[in-house]
Amino acid sequence: MKVLIYIGSSTLSLLEEIGRMFLFLLQAIAWIFRPPFRPARILNQLYFIGFKTTFVVTLTAIFTGMVLALQGYYSLRKFGAEGLLGSAVALGMIRELGPVLGSLMVTARSGSAMTAEIGIMRITEQIDAMETMAVNPIQYLIAPKIVAGVMAVPLLVAIFDIVGIFGGYLVGVKLLGVSSGSFWSSIESEVGWSDVYGGFLKSISFGLIVTWVCCYKGFYTEMSAEGLGKATTQGVVLSSVLILVWDYFLTSVLL
Amino acid sequence: MITMRGVEKGFGQQEVLRGVDLEIPPGQLTTIIGPSGEGKSVLLKHMIGLLKPDRGEVWVDGVEISRLRGPSLDKVRKRFAMLFQSAALFDSMNVFDNVAFPLREKRLASESKVPRMVNDMLERVGLGEMGHKFPAELSGGMKKRAGLARALVVGPEIILFDEPTTGLDPLMARTIHNLIRSMHQVFGFTAIMVSHQVPDIFPISDWVAMLKHGKIIAMARSRDFQGLTDPVVREFVLAGEMPGPSSVEGPGQN
Repeated sequence: MKVLIYIGSSTLSLLEEIGRMFLFLLQAIAWIFRPPFRPARILNQLYFIGFKTTFVVTLTAIFTGMVLALQGYYSLRKFGAEGLLGSAVALGMIRELGPVLGSLMVTARSGSAMTAEIGIMRITEQIDAMETMAVNPIQYLIAPKIVAGVMAVPLLVAIFDIVGIFGGYLVGVKLLGVSSGSFWSSIESEVGWSDVYGGFLKSISFGLIVTWVCCYKGFYTEMSAEGLGKATTQGVVLSSVLILVWDYFLTSVLL
Repeated sequence: MITMRGVEKGFGQQEVLRGVDLEIPPGQLTTIIGPSGEGKSVLLKHMIGLLKPDRGEVWVDGVEISRLRGPSLDKVRKRFAMLFQSAALFDSMNVFDNVAFPLREKRLASESKVPRMVNDMLERVGLGEMGHKFPAELSGGMKKRAGLARALVVGPEIILFDEPTTGLDPLMARTIHNLIRSMHQVFGFTAIMVSHQVPDIFPISDWVAMLKHGKIIAMARSRDFQGLTDPVVREFVLAGEMPGPSSVEGPGQN
């Protein structure tokens, strides 16, 4: 009987949490289109989510491209198809690794900081103070982050893709001796607009997932230091898992 | 006038407010006292709609606010200001921008008038030269002053003070109390203060109410409150007036 009660109450809590998360997202989206508009806050968040994450994204991208070229070369050589290394690296980066790894880097670098920032504001009553001043905290704090996330992540993913392909070029052409011409021409012949479009669509949705989940976890954090730590962990883990799950569904639709 | 009728509030299994009936006289400084953990701050947050009662009503000048949401609640809130226990200054802004925040966000003044209004208010609370500092660089007393300036700058009709002297030394606590009193006299707002600083609150308050076991058990004019014969009130007031353990000489202290 106790097990049944436990399962029932856990299911209800989970459904309540999911419902609250979606309501939070709907509210945030609705507030984006209602005045007063705050372009300065969006720019500020673009700087924080976008510019400040550029270094870690670039670093991750170059090594991802390099290792992809190494692995690709090893596999393609078995079939005598080293000349296709460029397209293998580019397709892997543009369709999959760029959007997923780029977004995971944004989650680690900016998502965790967002949860902590909003959570501290909740614990120290700064969000309550905002409400008492008749300023909607979802509009002031959350909406600009979501707009900036949706704008910044595709730009970061574009950087990830370009730097990753360049990393693949360094290893494939300069280190392993693949012809430079075949590397670039295979990219030109094999990579189509639909590949770029798919990666772009993924990165927009991942940007939304990261900012939504991380802001939500901070906004509804428990009122203690331990609770804030838990919220930050949950924000990062849940965002990362949702990115991977959503990636599968989106890929299966886009293919 | 703020009126609470039968307000009940619980968090999970814990009942905090168990039927609060309270009338706050307009234009007066009313202090709500009571032991820690009795729900004084919870009571205060109901008055501005930060918390909704499980049962009961909260009226602000004829408007029942406990069921209001969105713009209708914001309309009522524009008449209020609140000084939080921690001052709740925005970490990312300096003192000037903190005080200017409600003016800018509510569009209460043009950008050209904001510096004069903010600097004037900072002068009044004794922070004339501190506008450029960030909250992390301020002492506890300075934070409370900055919070008070932010509350006063919009010219509210009602200000809520949530334990404004918690964490301050007795001298600074008295300074903040006197500042609240003098600002109240200058601006004439309705003030509701939550505190357990007995007997310091008696000289600055017009009315005193006591919250115990989730209910208002006594309310009287400040000058009469200390004379109440209710044993629970007497015990709380006398406990506040008694000297602390540090002034009692223990064995071997000579």
